[in-house]
Amino acid sequence: MRYLRLLALLPIAAVLGGCNFVVMAPAGDIAARQRDLILISTGLMLLIIIPVMIVTVLFAWRYRQANKSARYEPDWDHSTHLELVIWAAPLLIIICLGAITWMGTHLLDPYRKLDRIAAGRPVTAETKPLDVQVVALDWKWLFIYPEYGIATVNELAAPVDRPIQFRITSSGVMNSFYIPALAGQIYAMAGMQTRMHAVINYPGDYIGFSANYSGAGFSNMRFGFKGLDQAGFDAWVEENRKTGSRLDRAAYLELERPTEKVPVKRYAEVEPQLFSMVLNMCVEPGKMCMSEMMAIDARGGLGLAGIANTLPLAHDKYARRGTALGPMPSYVASVCTIGEAVAMTKPARERRLVDPSPVRGIGLASPSISPRLPSALGQIFGQRQPSNT
Amino acid sequence: MPDAPTLAKLIFGRLTLESFPIHEPILVVTFAVVVLGGIGVVAALTYYRLWGYLWREWFTSVDHKKIGIMYMVLGLIMLLRGFADAIMMRLQQAMAFNGSEGYLNAQHYDQIFTAHGVIMIFFVAMPLVTGLMNYVIPLQIGARDVSFPFLNNFSFWMTAGGAVLVMMSLFVGEFAKTGWLAYPPLSGIGYSPGVGVDYYIWALQVAGIGTTLSGINLICTIVKMRAPGMTMMKMPVFTWTSLCTNVLIVASFPVLTALLVLLALDRYVGTNFFTNDFGGNAMMYVNLVWIWGHPEVYILILPAFGIFSEVVSTFSGKRLFGYTSMVYATVVITILSYMVWLHHFFTMGSGASVNSFFGITTMIISIPTGAKMFNWLFTMYRGRIRMELPMMWTMAFMLTFVIGGMTGVLLAVPPADFVLHNSLFLVAHFHNVIIGGVLYGLFAGIVYWWPKAFGYKLDEFWGKISFWFWTIGFWLAFMPLYALGLMGVTRRMRVFDDPSLQIWFVIAAIGAGMILIGIVAFLVQIGVSVWRREQLKETTGDPWNGRTLEWATSSPPPAYNFAFTPVIRDNDAWADMKNNHYQRPLEGFREIHMPRNTPTGIILAGLSVALGFTLVWYMWLAAAFLFASIIAVSIAHTFNYARDYYIPLEEVVATEEARTKLLSTARA
Repeated sequence: MRYLRLLALLPIAAVLGGCNFVVMAPAGDIAARQRDLILISTGLMLLIIIPVMIVTVLFAWRYRQANKSARYEPDWDHSTHLELVIWAAPLLIIICLGAITWMGTHLLDPYRKLDRIAAGRPVTAETKPLDVQVVALDWKWLFIYPEYGIATVNELAAPVDRPIQFRITSSGVMNSFYIPALAGQIYAMAGMQTRMHAVINYPGDYIGFSANYSGAGFSNMRFGFKGLDQAGFDAWVEENRKTGSRLDRAAYLELERPTEKVPVKRYAEVEPQLFSMVLNMCVEPGKMCMSEMMAIDARGGLGLAGIANTLPLAHDKYARRGTALGPMPSYVASVCTIGEAVAMTKPARERRLVDPSPVRGIGLASPSISPRLPSALGQIFGQRQPSNT
Repeated sequence: MPDAPTLAKLIFGRLTLESFPIHEPILVVTFAVVVLGGIGVVAALTYYRLWGYLWREWFTSVDHKKIGIMYMVLGLIMLLRGFADAIMMRLQQAMAFNGSEGYLNAQHYDQIFTAHGVIMIFFVAMPLVTGLMNYVIPLQIGARDVSFPFLNNFSFWMTAGGAVLVMMSLFVGEFAKTGWLAYPPLSGIGYSPGVGVDYYIWALQVAGIGTTLSGINLICTIVKMRAPGMTMMKMPVFTWTSLCTNVLIVASFPVLTALLVLLALDRYVGTNFFTNDFGGNAMMYVNLVWIWGHPEVYILILPAFGIFSEVVSTFSGKRLFGYTSMVYATVVITILSYMVWLHHFFTMGSGASVNSFFGITTMIISIPTGAKMFNWLFTMYRGRIRMELPMMWTMAFMLTFVIGGMTGVLLAVPPADFVLHNSLFLVAHFHNVIIGGVLYGLFAGIVYWWPKAFGYKLDEFWGKISFWFWTIGFWLAFMPLYALGLMGVTRRMRVFDDPSLQIWFVIAAIGAGMILIGIVAFLVQIGVSVWRREQLKETTGDPWNGRTLEWATSSPPPAYNFAFTPVIRDNDAWADMKNNHYQRPLEGFREIHMPRNTPTGIILAGLSVALGFTLVWYMWLAAAFLFASIIAVSIAHTFNYARDYYIPLEEVVATEEARTKLLSTARA
């Protein structure tokens, strides 16, 4: 009989043995400390959860209808002492947990620079973190190493025990950058940069992926993460330099198109500032960078003339462009020379707001009948070309 | 560049023959089954000449009891659809290993998990909760109906209208492929150019109007229509939790409505609220959607807490322990539920101080929730517990929900959330609280109040089968997901490459299969109970030795609920009346003033569904016409002065005498 029971346990053991509880046994210090926090919090809560579950079963059994020997007090419905206890007990647990949360959240903030590589091994002043720029594309990951001038797709490598500093963005939809063995995740969002600091303590091959659903190719948006020793990492960089091609704006725009199950790609050379252009959504030539736009706006903007500084959008990542009732799709054109900017803003400055004459100028048409007719109205009243230049 | 205007485009918009998914064999078969089933139902209704009866007595009814039952029917029908989606996902995930693509392509699978979430929350949990509140609250507070009976009917049909739009998307076009909250930019026109997100928007807008109005209605009812003597602190706990839920509804659903308007503007007229370009910001959407979304989960769970309170107290034969602290706990949860929304996106890059603030507020919610748990425990303490079905569901809830609560608090610790966010651990957590909390509560409530609504109890044998399959199936289906989450497996995956994970998904699929048996057993239970209704008959109106006012009237209650408005002296009003040897008045009846049925609700909701459909497909002419019709019908309805009638004295007397007779046979 006892053997039979053991036999029954075998499949469970087999199931558990064959599994890799990576969140519970990670290879990076940050993830390990996050795991510790899970264990501490769970332990704290079990202090109250287990007694409650036992008491539930106990009361249900003891005060069952058939048990006439148990006391029955149908009108007993209040006890100040008990009330104090039942509010105080969870309160005490939450005070402990709250304190741990406050500390843990600040210590393990992904934006915070690492102060240790592992327990008892502080980061020294001369340690230079490895910079990695991460771009979530549909549906693959681009990693740029500015220090080495190389880039890879769907493969990330880092030397063991060297702090890594990620800057993360996305080319379009929201993704989440997550390597369970290394550290917790953080969202990748277009036009925004999130950051993360982490370190890998043990060499090995790990898996990373997007943890936020991002469309049809999401399931295969996975990449390999290699923890290498310094020599191995140098060799890896060298391999990229030897076998890779060049990643410039044109190559990026080609890469950016939606693809699934992309094999590892290597780039020996990366156009400088590519990440910044991705982040500011101006890889396409002729498009104004968001940073420029914000700088112009911070100085008061381009005035009324600025609203016409747009070009029609003919091509983007997906086929469908524009909305049913809205204006034709467009984007803000870059302002290349000072002369161009002055020429564009001039008519508006001269005009002021009291000038009744129609607005003319570069990129401006008569405002009386806007050429940017809503397209559905356009369908009914006849089509007009969108204005540009 | 849009094409030249053609007549076909003006009339049909972007609806073409290709919009019908005839290339998807699964959908074609489903469609065939639905059509055959539909024809069968229509034929049966016609054969038995039930159309007129349904129209007069149900569809146009403003009786809160009938509307409540219609809500329940809607919720149960949609449960079948939502569960079909669930089991398809489980099968896909159990199959798609070792290079296999499973049996669903991304196009189909992504729609399924989106539809599953949307349907289960908006069209299963919400109608079931609203249905129970609708049925029970007026009875518990000794009222004859809700404050605005016509509005109630209109709310129901709007909710049903939203469900109809979601169902239409199955066969005409497609549903959203964005996940149930439709985060932009993925849900923007650039990345989701199809009709799916538009179906999502208009279905939720139509249903959202219904939900908001029903929230307003029930708040008014509870605040203004309580029987004399029932002060706020003498209200039954279910009424209290319902009041808080409806406050949450009224305060949070407008946020969702406004948010969906903004998303619709982005998609229809090219504004840039949530786009990447032109200063749009998707993070704003994520914040706003959770400012609605977090209260939403409390909207669902609070009434369930109320049901458990009623059930524990009734089946322990005891007053509820700590009524006052229960009420305060509910109110505290209501307020706190607005201060935690950010815990749904700790990983979006807020600073550590912001994250820990929202983490700690989230944990604080567990204090009143814990207090509630202890109050139920001490209600059982020194009671005489009858382990009947509603109590069994309550016990299952208490043992399941604490686990879900614990994992919830765990996820509220931001560093822990960084590794568990969006994982199957999270999926297991919220199913743990929604199934183990809301659904078990609804089942307890359905079994508990069924005899009140229909005059006979539910069959116990099939109920127990359903109970055991549900509870065991739940543990089998979701405990593996907790484990998978700890292995770093993320949600919404369609294919996997690590073969060692497969066994867990197979176990989860087996669990889902058991839940399927649980659902079937539940339907069988209803069928058997209807069949054996004479044996299960309940004549006293008080089958469980209940404690609150709804048990004071007959089962099913007469249209007017109470011939005389009861006077309340204690918060267990009916128990107090029984203890003091209450005598049912046998004379002195008067005619009763009641609201009259009206078809305006169903007409307006039908027009709204049609308007939603035309907007989804860009049929501008028809949309303009339908919009004008909605306004016209609404104005016309204000000229309808035949809004009330009197139940004649003879009818009241006859009804009450029949009850007297029934009671005397029950006693004999």
